Amino acid sequence: MSIDQATVRKIASLARIAISDAEAAAMEGELNGILGWVEQLGEVDVTGVEPMTAVIPNTLRLRDDVVDADPLTGGGRRDDVLANAPAAMHGFFGVPKVIE
Amino acid sequence: MTDLTNLTVAQIRDGHRAGDFSAVEVAEAFNANVAGAKLLNAFIVETPEHALAAAKAADADRAAGTLKPLSGVPIGMKDLFATNGVQTTAASHMLEGFVPRYESTVSAKLWDAGCGMLGKLNLDQFAMGSSNETSYFGNVISPWKRNDGGNAALAPGGSSGGSSTAIAARLCPAATGTDTGGSIRQPAAFTGISGIKPTYGRCSRWGIVAFASSLDQAGPMARDVRDCAIMLENMAGFDPKDATSLDMAVPNWEAALSSDLKGKTVGIPKEYRLEGIDPDIDAMWDAGIAMLKDAGADVVEISLPHTKYALPAYYIIAPAEASSNLARYDGVRYGLRDLPDGAGLQDMYAATRADGFGPEVKRRIMIGTYVLSAGFYDAYYTQAQKVRTLIARDFEQAFGVCDVILAPTAPSAAFGLGEKMADPLAMYLNDVFAVPASLAGLPAMSVPAALNREGLPLGLQIIGKAFDEQGVLNAGLAIEERAGFNARAEKWW
Repeated sequence: MSIDQATVRKIASLARIAISDAEAAAMEGELNGILGWVEQLGEVDVTGVEPMTAVIPNTLRLRDDVVDADPLTGGGRRDDVLANAPAAMHGFFGVPKVIE
Repeated sequence: MTDLTNLTVAQIRDGHRAGDFSAVEVAEAFNANVAGAKLLNAFIVETPEHALAAAKAADADRAAGTLKPLSGVPIGMKDLFATNGVQTTAASHMLEGFVPRYESTVSAKLWDAGCGMLGKLNLDQFAMGSSNETSYFGNVISPWKRNDGGNAALAPGGSSGGSSTAIAARLCPAATGTDTGGSIRQPAAFTGISGIKPTYGRCSRWGIVAFASSLDQAGPMARDVRDCAIMLENMAGFDPKDATSLDMAVPNWEAALSSDLKGKTVGIPKEYRLEGIDPDIDAMWDAGIAMLKDAGADVVEISLPHTKYALPAYYIIAPAEASSNLARYDGVRYGLRDLPDGAGLQDMYAATRADGFGPEVKRRIMIGTYVLSAGFYDAYYTQAQKVRTLIARDFEQAFGVCDVILAPTAPSAAFGLGEKMADPLAMYLNDVFAVPASLAGLPAMSVPAALNREGLPLGLQIIGKAFDEQGVLNAGLAIEERAGFNARAEKWW
């Protein structure tokens, strides 16, 4: 199936990427080229095949249920967390007003 | 006196230990090469002071008798690894100016082992690319030139193109790379060096800027197989901070290196014989088969029937994971913020991401968003994950009759910058031989094997069973010893 420019703009909106009309036009061709190519996967018989979930068998671990189990990823590091924020204010992340 | 920048990691380690030279001399020699190679654009940030500080510590440790495994060895760090206090960009405008307050597990292990950092190496933006042409900070130029008398600038491969160029040009003896679908092996092949992607989960992903988490795996790049073994030993290991980290002891790969392949069987996948491929590639492959026979191995033809579907499956799975992983770049917590006048939150997200991501990154996020969207998820994503199961099963069956698999690393030698940028699909096809092992999570390495008729390096790839990095390294060593590849790019920069 091929996608049109309206679909390209819809995907861009879902992906939260602003695009111009010219970009949408260019991307229509590129995305159709790629999607047309990956469609060959449809010819593979996958009857009874489970989709891969873990490439190397592994079990999820649980960490100890304690505060700051890892000093690097535990709490109490507010200033480090905010250090690279474009608009940190009063110990919080600043964002544009979302409620009128 | 010998040029210290011609030494391998093992030679630097052992020579420093023996007192042949000081670590400061080594660091200064490499710092000078880095400073003199701006034309190659291999580094985004140079950190000569980091390399020098580690060298001083190494010399003090030697005097005190407390040497570490890699004392005195300066390395390059791909700019995908978070480094405490040093800008980490993933070669993107989005993360320009981002200075982590923490250290990735892999880089922390290398510093603990005594390494110093020469700088942060350029790469394809968010590791998405096969030629290093998607970096926001400009192309990396390969030190290699064709022997046709022309002066065409060649691609160093990607995404670890800064790493490959820096090693080939003697700006560092070894570097870190990451491999999602060939990003260690293909640039190694393009520049005449070695590189290994270990089994998925060997190296912690913690602190590595995420691209496609079920595929991303760190590994070393260096001039020879021994150096790859040494580096990998000091990068691998269990990390509770990575949910997919392998809880297994790290073998002593260097000590167990052996190029005697008696009793081993090498599989040659018939589906990797592509019609119309450069005859130099097939000739190199045949020569590699003869080398492994000479090392004592038996050779059998094997079949990996789903090979042709690996690349299209990869270009669904990797973009799908990327679209999810890169959702974190929202202009709020770190990185770029683009806030047009009067814009609300949603407009800020869209403007920030339009400005912060390059064209290839946007293309992949868009593909990923589409294949995961309602109504298309099963047709694309679930189907691709089923095909991935079949590709892994192909390898499992092949490893019933062989111990390692030998194939070319890439379908061509290095191409010229700009030659493939107009057609994303032509660029993707570069990784046709590298992607299947990535989808199956298997260890795989590239070793330089020959020069083609244009005088450019070609690499052979060895793919091993899960957890059998030793088998991969040993077969790589057998090729290295027999290929006698010692060509290097003539200095023009």
